[in-house]
Amino acid sequence: MLKEKLKKMSHGNMNLTLKVWRQKSGQHKGNFETHKVQASEHMSFLEMLDVLNEKLISERKTPVAFEHDCREGICGSCSMVINGQPHGPQRGTTTCQLHMRQFNDGDVIAIEPFRAAAFPVIKDLVVDRSAFDRIIQSGGYISVNTGQAVDGNSIPIEKDLSGQAFDAATCIGCGACVAACPNASAMLFTSAKVSHLNLLPQGKVEAAQRVLSMVNQMDEEGFGMCSNITACEAECPKEISVDNIARMNREYISATLGSNKTA
Amino acid sequence: MNWFTKFLTSSIGRKLIMSLTGLFLIVFLLVHLIGNLQLLIPDGGEAFNLYAKFMTTNPVIKFTSYGLYAFILLHAVQGWLLWAKNRKARGGQGYAVQATRATGTNAGIAKRMGALGTIVFIFLVIHMGQFWFKMKMGDLPVQIYDGVEVNDLYAPVKAAFSNIGFVLFYVISMLFIGMHLMHGFQSSFQTLGLNHQKYTPFIKFLGNAYAVLIPLGFALIPIIFFVKNM
Repeated sequence: MLKEKLKKMSHGNMNLTLKVWRQKSGQHKGNFETHKVQASEHMSFLEMLDVLNEKLISERKTPVAFEHDCREGICGSCSMVINGQPHGPQRGTTTCQLHMRQFNDGDVIAIEPFRAAAFPVIKDLVVDRSAFDRIIQSGGYISVNTGQAVDGNSIPIEKDLSGQAFDAATCIGCGACVAACPNASAMLFTSAKVSHLNLLPQGKVEAAQRVLSMVNQMDEEGFGMCSNITACEAECPKEISVDNIARMNREYISATLGSNKTA
Repeated sequence: MNWFTKFLTSSIGRKLIMSLTGLFLIVFLLVHLIGNLQLLIPDGGEAFNLYAKFMTTNPVIKFTSYGLYAFILLHAVQGWLLWAKNRKARGGQGYAVQATRATGTNAGIAKRMGALGTIVFIFLVIHMGQFWFKMKMGDLPVQIYDGVEVNDLYAPVKAAFSNIGFVLFYVISMLFIGMHLMHGFQSSFQTLGLNHQKYTPFIKFLGNAYAVLIPLGFALIPIIFFVKNM
């Protein structure tokens, strides 16, 4: 049924040329492969890639490997660089929420994996982003005993503060900030996670240790340093602010010099 | 690793060193410009030469100047280290299409701070060789003001600035310093974590004004000298 559906959809109104990065594994050398694809402007970018893969499978060729999961813009899986922009040309949008109406008939579209030493390519467009998981494991949590859920209003939080924390918490950990940064810095991601917890009363308890451990892990993973270029902010599908980076710097400096904690 | 060494070699610690040494150099530029403006006093260089003698003999200023040399070197060496580390983090394979956007206005400069800084460093070496080295080595003509012998630093300045090549060299170098400051000024505050809804717009305005006015002030001196000696 899916095949029929895709076949129907592939009778689209757009003829596209795709230059897709193909790489067998991290050990192999990669190169661009050119493919023609017919797409409808109503398709999402991933659906357009599905059409390409259907075509490749029917030709008994290996389909293009790309990551995807929720396809509704909240899981952060669909990481790829489209025409030089992580998640493509539309601001504040993940690849899965990017629609083909953003492109024109006859366009040539270059699709590359996220590039960073800390994000090695696994296959084609799929990169290993477990470095982000290890940063979260180092401090992106609060230690509370489980039990009955407390009443949400028992801890008063100022609206403005909870808003800032929530804005930071919208980070889906997709890695577009690293992909966009000329230094492959993970400061936007790490600072969003630090801010999201450190701004709230529940996170304040471990705030100093959290920022020290998370920055330390970020450095261990081999990400670059922030030059305040702000490419990350522009390419972030959740439009996380670089103000979070300033907050993390501030908290890191004060946690190092003003607390008895060490990373 | 000792906690303090770990702090200074962490990503944020390294940037903190860049920020603090950069801010010191920013303040130095203002002091340097105020001193240099004495070159424009029409007294045949007396005020400037006396100022130069004061700057090279006063013990407090001598002490500060050693700090200045150290900070210039620290800023430069740390900058090159950061450049190398960031390149390594980016990995060997670049993007075939480069089209990333930025929200900041200085992104083009921000990406090239290493290259701009290197140009500024080369300028500094030539500039210090031309004046500072001559002053320190004492192979300058001597002027006598009120019976006191003073090195005539004004003479090589006047000679250099009657040469169109040097005038252009100084004016163009100031453009690079201006660009470096345009990003460096505001960036140093962001690195320190000093980002605030109320103050950041003012810091950005001040940084842009500083990046235009200070190099402009420096550039005017060779231009005025050249025009006067034509």
